[in-house]
Amino acid sequence: MTFDEGQGYIVLATLAAPLLAALIILFIPSEQKMAIRYVSAFFAAVMLGLSIYIFVAYQVDGEKIQMTLKWVWVENTAFLGKDGITLHLAVDGISAPMALLTGIVAFAGTITSWKLNYRPKDFFILYFTLLAGVYGTFFSFDLFFFFFFYELAVMPLYLLIGVWGSTRKEYGALKLTMMLVGGSVLIWIGIFAVFHEANLGTFDMQRLFAAGNDGTLSPTFQKVFFPMICIGCGVLAALWPFHTWSPDGHMAAPTAVSMVHAGVLMKLGAFGIIRLGIQMLPVGAEFWMPGLMVLGVIGALYGATAALTQRDFKLISGYSSVSHMGYVLMGLATMNQIGVTGAVLQMFSHGVMTALVFLLIGALYDQAHTRDLKDFGGITKVMPVWVVFYTIAGLANVGLPGLSGFTAEFHIFVGTFRAYPVFGALAIVAAALAAGYMLRMFAIVFFGPFNIRWKDLKDLTPLETMAGGLLIASIVLMGVWWAPFTDRIGQTVAAIPGVIG
Amino acid sequence: MRDYTIFIPEYIAAGWAILVIAVELFFPRVRRDGLAYLTALGALVWGISALFFIGKTPQSFQGLIESDNFTTYFRLLAAGIVAAVSIMSASYMRGRTKAAAEYYGLLLIAGCATVYMAAARELITAYISLELLSFCLYILVGYLKRDARSSEAALKYILLGAFSSAMFLYGMSLLYGLTGSTTYDGISAGLAARGSSTDAGIVVAFVLILAGVGFKVSAAPFHMWAPDAYEGAPMPITAFLSTLSKAAGFALILRLFSVAFVVDAAEWRWAFALLAAVTMTAGNLIAIQQTNLKRLVAYSSIGQVGYMLITIAAIGYGDQTVGLNATSGLLIHLIGYVVSTLALFAALTTYYNKTGKDTVEGLRGLAETQPFLAVVITVSLFSFAGLPFFAGFATKVFLFQGATTDELLWLVGLAVLNSFISLYYYLMVIRQMYLFDPVAGMTRFKISPVMWVLSAGLMLGVLFIGIYPGPAFKAAENAAKPLFQQAEPSGAARAP
Repeated sequence: MTFDEGQGYIVLATLAAPLLAALIILFIPSEQKMAIRYVSAFFAAVMLGLSIYIFVAYQVDGEKIQMTLKWVWVENTAFLGKDGITLHLAVDGISAPMALLTGIVAFAGTITSWKLNYRPKDFFILYFTLLAGVYGTFFSFDLFFFFFFYELAVMPLYLLIGVWGSTRKEYGALKLTMMLVGGSVLIWIGIFAVFHEANLGTFDMQRLFAAGNDGTLSPTFQKVFFPMICIGCGVLAALWPFHTWSPDGHMAAPTAVSMVHAGVLMKLGAFGIIRLGIQMLPVGAEFWMPGLMVLGVIGALYGATAALTQRDFKLISGYSSVSHMGYVLMGLATMNQIGVTGAVLQMFSHGVMTALVFLLIGALYDQAHTRDLKDFGGITKVMPVWVVFYTIAGLANVGLPGLSGFTAEFHIFVGTFRAYPVFGALAIVAAALAAGYMLRMFAIVFFGPFNIRWKDLKDLTPLETMAGGLLIASIVLMGVWWAPFTDRIGQTVAAIPGVIG
Repeated sequence: MRDYTIFIPEYIAAGWAILVIAVELFFPRVRRDGLAYLTALGALVWGISALFFIGKTPQSFQGLIESDNFTTYFRLLAAGIVAAVSIMSASYMRGRTKAAAEYYGLLLIAGCATVYMAAARELITAYISLELLSFCLYILVGYLKRDARSSEAALKYILLGAFSSAMFLYGMSLLYGLTGSTTYDGISAGLAARGSSTDAGIVVAFVLILAGVGFKVSAAPFHMWAPDAYEGAPMPITAFLSTLSKAAGFALILRLFSVAFVVDAAEWRWAFALLAAVTMTAGNLIAIQQTNLKRLVAYSSIGQVGYMLITIAAIGYGDQTVGLNATSGLLIHLIGYVVSTLALFAALTTYYNKTGKDTVEGLRGLAETQPFLAVVITVSLFSFAGLPFFAGFATKVFLFQGATTDELLWLVGLAVLNSFISLYYYLMVIRQMYLFDPVAGMTRFKISPVMWVLSAGLMLGVLFIGIYPGPAFKAAENAAKPLFQQAEPSGAARAP
């Protein structure tokens, strides 16, 4: 066993940990709530540890994809040739930070759910299944398994939101599930067409990437199918105008699910555009990128404008997510090194800060049972730690230097100015609007006259503080020392065909 | 030389059917459940005897019946279905009928008929097997003679079934007139000698045959009988109808069209593409409005038939290799579909025995009152919808990918869209179980160990095919090979 193979088993363990957790919890009687919580926390910690390891052990000057593990699943049957379907797990410079993000957010989400008291067994089974799907998508280099895990990540959401959610949960859950699966329809068709057109008898993505590069997938074919795959994945990345599930879904979802969903799941969409779109169909990507840029800018501006007028905390965060994912799509659409790197940075940055925001909203809502901004005022008096945390998250959202949002947005803006100066200017406007909605919320909720109704509000519990602290540490880390991220991402992005330096 | 040994598995099955009837005749006090388990045992022995035929060189009986891997595949499938359905029937039929032996005997006979529909290489043989199956099913659907719905269902089924048989027969006779033969090889040769011109006679013959078999697999617009028959039939027979009867129909269609008719594919392939498109869309759209579970499953299975019909169109549009790939996909999808359906009905039958409810609303709060059944139902519905970890995901990928050709990409796209629509009404069922509290007075209840084991076993089957489809897919390919002798090993040959 070579060193890289050994590393491959670590990747496999990271993927297997949530599945194992779900399986173990399945056999714990539902009355043993504490046991379920401890098992969940244990596995979340294991996942966090393994994710950190993967991020750190990734060799910046090494192979393009590392820590490879390849298990043949089905081969030499009917249309499948050698290596037809393989469980091909590996890590590249983009999936390494994404794995780290998943580990952090999953851990924070798990310990935030400690106080969840309604059917925790079912909740954690579904929650860990979702996480397995997320890890699997980030690690898969086989088209079959990529989509397998992609769907696996979406599937539990219906029940997670429908059973444990709040405001209009049935509506939100159904809308979200149907829109996301609707997006999958387009990806499915794209996958069938790609396999048929490439005619290689394998779903292995490395060989399909090569096919996209050397003309086996003809330019016309790529131009026809890129929009399908891009929109299909874009639904999950809240691509305007397919974003409407996002505010409703986030509003309805329970805290931990909001955290994982906004923090990690939405990144699967952007990740899918990189993997299936830019890497597999480079010619199509180049052809359609101006279109994606336009939609990205509209999303960024529209999300920020909509957030300005909302009164519900979660709706503000939902729309701000649309806006920030708009930046991600803009970064991808620049097709230059710095812009695409910025997009991946933004995926990480938005992941941790949104997770923090939803954690804090959840902590408030559990006590106050309302999320209407106008109900609050002068909260600083009773929840100082909460306010500090929220301020950090908000400022990262706005893009204050020293926090992760700045690092990411700076890269994206530079990239956009290089490729499309006009859109670069519009992006700055969106950033200014972000400052507007954040500061408006600060003013109404934190300061202003203290509403006596909230005199009994408790500050964050130790567990919530710990989870929040972890997220804040990540925000600050990326804000002040982004080299570990940009090195890894840049190394992979530079190797993507079609991306200019 | 006539080799009668190729019928050994069916001697066992048919003999066992007579045995079951005789047992009740001579021991009238025998427990009805005992007969069910005896039948399941018979099906098991039948299946095991069929295992000896795997991989043997194909044997033909006078050119009428072929025993090859394709036949063996359907032998195993039929044996499995009969075993599962008879176990399901034990608790269901217990209080509902006094004459159970004939019921179980007919299950086994219907299984034999299925095998001969797969094995037939001659039109009259195929037709007789088809009728044998149909007559068993007519009786089984109307078995609860004191239940008006059951009798009504049987009557409707018989009348429409006779009509479709007549169409099938008329198509056969036209074809015989045009080609001068009733054997598949003879028809193939006759069609090849006819040249490639289109004339009205041949198109009418194909369309009539298509309508006849379309009725058997309940393809729209020949599906009208299915929802009523499904709703009125005893619940295990609904499972039987939606698994065995459809598998048998596809067995017949596959061999008939890929061996006998493929030379003239241009005359019928468009009709199958159209039939597939109409069937899947109609099935899934109508299913949305259903409130009765059996009717919902009926329409959902019509949707599934639509997906499977794409394969037949692909056989017509592609060469032998495409035919082999598409048929392998269809055969594995059939297994996934059958196991998921049986799991669903095992759970629904258990629930119906307990509560007498068979509506979607009736499942309200099942996650509280009987979480295990709720999980089984959810797993099978998610498998139908094609979600990962369950059989439907892998088998749908194989089915659709195998049928993807330049001409049929639109149809595959439509099928994916339909899977998406189907998820909506499956979620509506799941919603009742998980999102709502049980109605007042419903408390947690226990289920019998037998049904628990059956449901759990079938659910594990759904998961096994979903997680490790390799062996089943290989078996499906081996079963499809005899139909496409000129097919080149694709994929493998292209590997570097």
